[in-house]
Amino acid sequence: MLRNSKKEMLFAYVLIAPFVAIYGLIFVYPTIDMFILSFQDAPLIGAGEFTGLDNYERLPGDRRFGTAFWNTAYFVLLTVIPGTLVALGIALGVTRLSGRTQALVLALFFLPYILPVSVVCRLWDWTLNFQFGIAMHVLDLLGMDRIPIFKTTTWFMPAVAFVTIWWTCGFSVLLFLAGLRAIPQEIYEAASLDNTSTWRMFRYVTWPLLWPITALVLTIQLILQLKIFDQVYLFSQGGRPNDNLVMVYYIFQRAFVNNQGGRAAAIAVVLFIMVIIISVINFQLMRLSERRK
Amino acid sequence: MTPTTVRRINWVGGVFTVLTVIIAVLWAFPIYWGIVSSLKPEDEVVRPYIELWPETLTFRHYWFALTQTQIGSWYINSVATSVGVTVLTVSTSLFAGYAISQLRFPGRTILWWLILASFMVPTQVLIINHFVLMANMSLLNSWAGIILPQLIHPVIIIVYKQFFDQVPKDFREAAAMDNASEWNVLFKIYIPMNWGVTTALSIVTFIWAWNAFLWPFLAVTRTEMMTITVGITQVYDAFGVYYAQQLAAAVLAGIPVALAYLLFQRKVTQAITLSAGIKG
Repeated sequence: MLRNSKKEMLFAYVLIAPFVAIYGLIFVYPTIDMFILSFQDAPLIGAGEFTGLDNYERLPGDRRFGTAFWNTAYFVLLTVIPGTLVALGIALGVTRLSGRTQALVLALFFLPYILPVSVVCRLWDWTLNFQFGIAMHVLDLLGMDRIPIFKTTTWFMPAVAFVTIWWTCGFSVLLFLAGLRAIPQEIYEAASLDNTSTWRMFRYVTWPLLWPITALVLTIQLILQLKIFDQVYLFSQGGRPNDNLVMVYYIFQRAFVNNQGGRAAAIAVVLFIMVIIISVINFQLMRLSERRK
Repeated sequence: MTPTTVRRINWVGGVFTVLTVIIAVLWAFPIYWGIVSSLKPEDEVVRPYIELWPETLTFRHYWFALTQTQIGSWYINSVATSVGVTVLTVSTSLFAGYAISQLRFPGRTILWWLILASFMVPTQVLIINHFVLMANMSLLNSWAGIILPQLIHPVIIIVYKQFFDQVPKDFREAAAMDNASEWNVLFKIYIPMNWGVTTALSIVTFIWAWNAFLWPFLAVTRTEMMTITVGITQVYDAFGVYYAQQLAAAVLAGIPVALAYLLFQRKVTQAITLSAGIKG
């Protein structure tokens, strides 16, 4: 049938115009600007001279960059796989429940995800407070020494990782629950007729069928945790920010504390490329594993 | 299956269920503890033993936070900016998603690829350039300045496009035969058809915007322009080292999103699974 294609085209442009305008201003332009800035010796605001690769050449010898890079990697290690396993465990527990109990228990697990990061940090700052925190009372009861958790370098990252898992886990739990619900009940019924043990049922039925969701959760977590800033910044207040640097924190510090826009942009470009490479690898791996089926 | 194995499985299952409930209660305990502590007088909060319920219940800290600090303005800023982000993100995404899904126009494929690509780009790396841009536009310390850089949510367009894709193509053709205008087709047929998705996406966008920290924290330096999420972390002198008062402020910051979740639990769940690319 004939369509009034000219009218349709015009209408399409009207519809996408607001999006394209915002997108150009807030996304395309700043991305290009970031690359340009990274080759300049510029302050945060104002012009700078073109210095070629200078900002990048400084990075390998930069102690703070090293700290930021390795802390980010450490944080990813501490959160991605452990967080996914915790979420899977919770989802397996919640899926067994039914009705109101399930809704209530799920709400208890999911509630932290809904809270602002500053509230989450305030709650844990209070729970783990060296002087008055309830966790320290528990340590006292167990006869252990109190630990100033957010003031010691050894405990800082594991503690922030713990709080992060507590905070973001609910998201992954929902995905796992959706995945578990998609597994046909007949498979379990058939397996239970064969007198399969709970563990074997998980190992040979649930786990393989849930793998696509697990891969998805791992991917989302990995990309999310690479960009960590908020919690590290908030827990570092009054602590030792220079030991706790992560990539985004270092971008923030160079740009907004040291007033070095150019050098900050170079770090931003490095993180940008890291995230893109990991996304592409992930995407390809997921496609490969889908094709094998 | 022998009766003993049935009993064994039930027993294991029972333990597992009880364990899940206990862990759930422990999981949410820090939230409970924060709320309870905010309802105690300061001297009770710092007692060297655990009291799970206040001896003297007081709302003094809430009264103080609401009357003696700038929390009122922070609330207004948070509501205004979160609503702004939600309305703009959802409406522009809906229009763009519809156009890409249903209309034919040059540049459509490029636009779609661009959106998919931007899905991978971490907006955190753009903070420097967003700051410079907003400074040049004199939008720092303003609602518009807080809102604008938060409008990149490619996920929402992707969800909309998938939903519109499911509508049979002859739907539009039939409407066009009836001589319905393009606007009418969109507003009278396609949007009402997807109200459920629109509300779900709006609720989570609102929650995300309310909880946003990094950008609102950078965009605002004047305390009266802060959002509540940022405000409660930045202003110390207002609260001093009064733990109960700080916690009361935190509870106030969390209440709107917690309520939004508790009221619209199913919508939130739906939107979250959709945003991860799973049909809920």
